[in-house]
Amino acid sequence: MRNSLILLGLLFSINAFAATPQALLKQYEAQAKQENSAFTGFSADRGASFFRTEHAHSNGQKVSCSTCHTSDPRNQGKTRANKVIEPMATIVNPQRFTDEAKVEKWFGRNCKDVLERACTAQEKGDYIQYLMSVK
Amino acid sequence: MKKWMQFLVLITSITSTSALLASGGSGEGGGGQMPPVTNAKWKAECSSCHMLYHPGLLPERSWNKMMNGLDNHFGENAALDAATRDEIARFLALNSADKADNRRSSRINQSIPANTTPLRISETRYFTSKHDEISSATFKRKSIASAANCAACHKSAEKGDFSESQVKIPR
Repeated sequence: MRNSLILLGLLFSINAFAATPQALLKQYEAQAKQENSAFTGFSADRGASFFRTEHAHSNGQKVSCSTCHTSDPRNQGKTRANKVIEPMATIVNPQRFTDEAKVEKWFGRNCKDVLERACTAQEKGDYIQYLMSVK
Repeated sequence: MKKWMQFLVLITSITSTSALLASGGSGEGGGGQMPPVTNAKWKAECSSCHMLYHPGLLPERSWNKMMNGLDNHFGENAALDAATRDEIARFLALNSADKADNRRSSRINQSIPANTTPLRISETRYFTSKHDEISSATFKRKSIASAANCAACHKSAEKGDFSESQVKIPR
């Protein structure tokens, strides 16, 4: 019990230092392996289609990531309240995916808004992989 | 007294009177405009999706209800971790319309029936009476989007300054 607590503490302190998209991907990879033993890696292509796939929301609207972020992640997006969202693609916005708490906060909110459920680690990893791959 | 001195006295009294009027007179100690307030978390969290609303725009009970319902914030998930939410809620309560010492906040607060807890500032009687000459088509202009976008016309709205002289309605 004590050992596992120490391990848990260590894990959290490692998490707190994640400051690059690559480090975040490593964490999501570890989670994805736990969620699915058949996990074989992340895919930018899958992330790209995830980004654009529209979901029929229970409020009657069709929504996707690109509803607010536009279909080109190198563009600025817009919130429903008319505020600019800085681009998601790391090539034009290197600040993306460098703050774990921020990344988790927005996945937490937006997955529920778009998909009406939490995202899996597989989906989060594919998403980041895609946004890192856009040139 | 020489003519030019009379003129000087007249000008001075006019400017000081208008300055007094602009600051809201001596009715409420805090003046007409909402005072500048600041809190880093409020600023960061409450302005990532929409303009930053001054706490003096709604009473404490409205802010409390809002901060306890962030999972469904006007149809969107705006959930915060508990510590951040509590800090922002305390800040909003402290500077809310029913606590604030300025004329605009008091009037907003007085326009809200005690048995209601509005979440939209634009639904208060104060707001609707102040904007009765603005058509709904104007609010829907692309440059404005909705009545929630105060800053489209009130350029210093985020600072709590809604004075009429600052208003410029975009085409």
